[in-house]
Amino acid sequence: MKVKVRIPNVLQKLTEGKIEVYATGQDIKELIDNLDKEYPGIKGRICDESGNLRRFINVFVNEQDIRFLDGDKTQLKDGDEVSIIPAIAGG
Amino acid sequence: MSCFAVKRGFLNGVKDMERLTEEQIERYSRQIILPEIGGVGQRKLLETRVLVIGCGGLGSPCAFYLAGAGVGKIGLVDSDAVELNNLQRQILHFTHNLGQPKVDSAKEKLQALNPDIEVVPYHLRLTSENIREVIEDYDFVVDGSDNFPTRYLVNDACVLSNKPFCHAGILRFDGQVITIIPLQGPCYRCLFPEPPPPGMVPSCQEAGILGAVAGVLGVIQATEVLKFALGKGELLIGKLLVFNALEMSFRKLTIQRNKQCPVCGDRPTVTELIDYEEFCNLI
Ligand SMILES: [Zn+2]
Repeated sequence: MKVKVRIPNVLQKLTEGKIEVYATGQDIKELIDNLDKEYPGIKGRICDESGNLRRFINVFVNEQDIRFLDGDKTQLKDGDEVSIIPAIAGG
Repeated sequence: MSCFAVKRGFLNGVKDMERLTEEQIERYSRQIILPEIGGVGQRKLLETRVLVIGCGGLGSPCAFYLAGAGVGKIGLVDSDAVELNNLQRQILHFTHNLGQPKVDSAKEKLQALNPDIEVVPYHLRLTSENIREVIEDYDFVVDGSDNFPTRYLVNDACVLSNKPFCHAGILRFDGQVITIIPLQGPCYRCLFPEPPPPGMVPSCQEAGILGAVAGVLGVIQATEVLKFALGKGELLIGKLLVFNALEMSFRKLTIQRNKQCPVCGDRPTVTELIDYEEFCNLI
């Protein structure tokens, strides 16, 4: 499944400044693994050492929070849009 | 028939109009004319008390519009003094205010804009000890702070005190905003259960912000306050509005209440306020 992934500003250093990248994966877990092959280091920013999503970052598939879908097993289909949203504190 | 009588005739809520002075009717006429506001709505705004936490990039534009609209009491919280590098985005502070407490500088501008309202400065840093006492006197809280410890403190205090608030955060060209009505919708910890540990966020030197991005988000917060006070429209409850200035895009993401939320979930683990260590001011 080829999906569009929206990268937050704080991670764009790892994606050569790209706001949007394309990646493949059956589910979110596979997608993040594939993203990490293309953009090394990105997985470590999104997931902790045990591979769980960090508690100050969320992933959305088409506006829906994956924690309320099937977590990192949430299935992807062609044309889906995935957003990575970290907490930001500036004011 | 006097000019004012004619004006009154055009406006709805005649009885409420009588409770406004002629000067108030003139000052707020461009919003009183809106069917969603009228004399009744203007009275509501004048009776609303809003606490703005942080007189920086978000709090400045937010408080400015609240004062303009006639929100009757505006509390301002900030422990900092005005610095030259603030003026690029913190529009309530002018060059002649350098070195002054931000709350005093902000109060000066808000009262000059609108002497009809009350502005209360709190020159202090919010802590687990004082926050609940400060928010108690207000109907709504605006979180325009600039660091994670304060943001989690504000969230927890508002949830534990059942106080509605609007959260916004900005970084570089990105912004996020959500309105939180405790127990009716998700809170900030439902979205992000814990603050990031040191080292997981860009360093202070790496971070930056376009002044206009702060303005966009601060004005959205003001708009949420005014809608809340008026009881009109749909608030950003359970919706995280994500802004990107480079693309000029706004996207609304759906956020749900999390049963495992540490503060508003079924078995809360945060039952007392926490003072997190300050590790980075992402201004
Ligand atoms: Zn919650």
